Amino acid sequence: MRPVSSWGRLGAEPHDVVELTDRSTVARVLAGRSGIAYGLGRSYGDACLNPGGVLWHTAALDRFIAFDPATGRLVCESGVVLRDIQRLMIPRGWSLPVVPGTQFVTVGGAIANDVHGKNHHVVGTFGEHVRRLRLVRASGETIDCGPDQNAELFAATVGGLGLSGLISEAELQLRPTRGPWLEAETVAFSGLADFFALSDESEAAWEHTVSWIDCTSGSVVRGLFMRARPSPDRAGRPWRERSRRIPLTPPISMVNRLSLKPFNAVYYGLGRRRTGVQVVHYEPFLFPLDSLLDWNRLYGPKGFFQYQSVVPRAAAMDATRDMLDAIAASGEGSILAVLKTFGDRKPAGLLSFPREGVTLALDFRNNRAATTLFSRLDEIVRAAGGRLYPAKDARMPRALYEATYANLGAFTAHRDPGMSSGLSRRLMGS
Amino acid sequence: MRIVVIGATSGIAEQCCRLWAVEGADFVLMARDTAKAEKIAADLEVRGARSATLARAEFADPSAIKAFADATVAAGPVDIVLIAHGWMPLEQHKLDLATAEQVLQVNAVSPVLFAEAFAGPFVQAGRGTIAIIGSVAGDVTRRTNYLYGASKALLTRYAQGLDHRLVGTGVKVVLIKPGPTDTAMTTHMKQAGQRLATAEDVARATVDAIRRGTPVVYAPRLWQLIMLIVRHLPRPILNRLPI
Repeated sequence: MRPVSSWGRLGAEPHDVVELTDRSTVARVLAGRSGIAYGLGRSYGDACLNPGGVLWHTAALDRFIAFDPATGRLVCESGVVLRDIQRLMIPRGWSLPVVPGTQFVTVGGAIANDVHGKNHHVVGTFGEHVRRLRLVRASGETIDCGPDQNAELFAATVGGLGLSGLISEAELQLRPTRGPWLEAETVAFSGLADFFALSDESEAAWEHTVSWIDCTSGSVVRGLFMRARPSPDRAGRPWRERSRRIPLTPPISMVNRLSLKPFNAVYYGLGRRRTGVQVVHYEPFLFPLDSLLDWNRLYGPKGFFQYQSVVPRAAAMDATRDMLDAIAASGEGSILAVLKTFGDRKPAGLLSFPREGVTLALDFRNNRAATTLFSRLDEIVRAAGGRLYPAKDARMPRALYEATYANLGAFTAHRDPGMSSGLSRRLMGS
Repeated sequence: MRIVVIGATSGIAEQCCRLWAVEGADFVLMARDTAKAEKIAADLEVRGARSATLARAEFADPSAIKAFADATVAAGPVDIVLIAHGWMPLEQHKLDLATAEQVLQVNAVSPVLFAEAFAGPFVQAGRGTIAIIGSVAGDVTRRTNYLYGASKALLTRYAQGLDHRLVGTGVKVVLIKPGPTDTAMTTHMKQAGQRLATAEDVARATVDAIRRGTPVVYAPRLWQLIMLIVRHLPRPILNRLPI
């Protein structure tokens, strides 16, 4: 038994950690036990934890199996990290279609949480590009599934939070790319109407869109709208990876009532000076926090929550305004608050989070004010017909989950009874 | 670049190969676990290796080792032979004699035979690097792993002598001494909560040392200082340390 935390660092409960090192022995290792897969532990709450029970570490299942340079089909083990795929394949003209806001995510985790990126309106979620995966059930049974093979089990596994079995390998369809450079533009905006106008105007011509907002500014929100598209002909200034690490956990959260306003003001001020068009490397644009290793320590020993919601576009104006007012009034929040529109696409998985609408994500240090605020935000999200992202969640009430994930019943039929996580016990009762 | 790896399923060796694969290397891999070695070969090819072929596993028989080295060098010039196989049973003070002999055979005798087998053809070719994975346990060893440590001490002295022999031949010897590293060999240490270096970091130091031809390298480098101190501890103190 050893202590394991997820990204939110809300606790470090003891786990029986079992390392998977060879894809052909996974079924034998799992057989007859109960547990949950753990990749790089980047989900924020308890989706990747199983306090007091077994965690199957997949990070050493990191081998590529095959790549066809003619079709862009990549087969790899589930512990392969997205960054390794991108760094290997982009120079060869192929790219993962979907990457989330960090590259430190395994293929298995990206499927199990059906992650999305800043280009959701163009390519959808990660699961839409999985052609096949191999699922090992806790019984020791191995099942291949994909869009054309055991399609229901596949739909349960994409976004299925690891609860339909352990993904040991996957076949991904990569997308042709003409290089690492993006033409990026930052536009300062004020007010939600401005944000929606910019989103509508950008979605046709820009592959990536995302907004940083000042969460202290309330419903007359100020923010920076960032959009980018491939820049095949122009290269930017040579990019060199420079990462820093937060060396230790400060005794109190560095993000607090005193620091929040000045941090946001400085970030906005710096961002405004960078408005205009630039050619940038995809890594700093898509993964701005990856160069600050262990940034989750900034929230101190008690850890933090992330609250990420999506609400349908029709209700988004009012719901987002109410949420931003509630957040500003609470005095809590983070430096990195993100607002983004999702496209209208058929979800790849039964329990996939993304849906047509607007998603808002921000971090909150772990304290009582945040807990009170969450109840208020839950009400707004639920009334608007929206939902929360389980990969980020550590606290949503079971009633909210059941009311907002309509396919939960269909999913349960495919659940692997041997797979159990903190999240599954909290939200599904087992 | 043509690279021969003995003990190719070792965690450190595999990570070294990944770094070389990106440069388009050709690999000859030898491992006992051929199923795992095949997976590694496929992985290296996706990562950019021009080729990765498996050699028949022969770790003990001197004539088979010599035949393998001669045939491999005859098939084309070899730039690097990385000798990385090893075996560290737990609680070595409780082993029977036959197992104790095996520990010495696998960790000391066999690596030396491979190095000897490649040294001759390398000298004839006037080029090549013989890289051996040693261990900090070869500097000072402990009650629970002293057979392993003694084997690695033999490799340390052997590499020094081989380096002396090869002066002026164009052939280089590189000895890497990793500290405790996160591989299959150290699962028990990790479970006990001990901090371990990553195999990637040790591999980066190894590949770098081979490129520069550095004769002895500690990885991570802090171990050089630690072992310097530990080596000079008086016996009464050393024997009381809870290591």
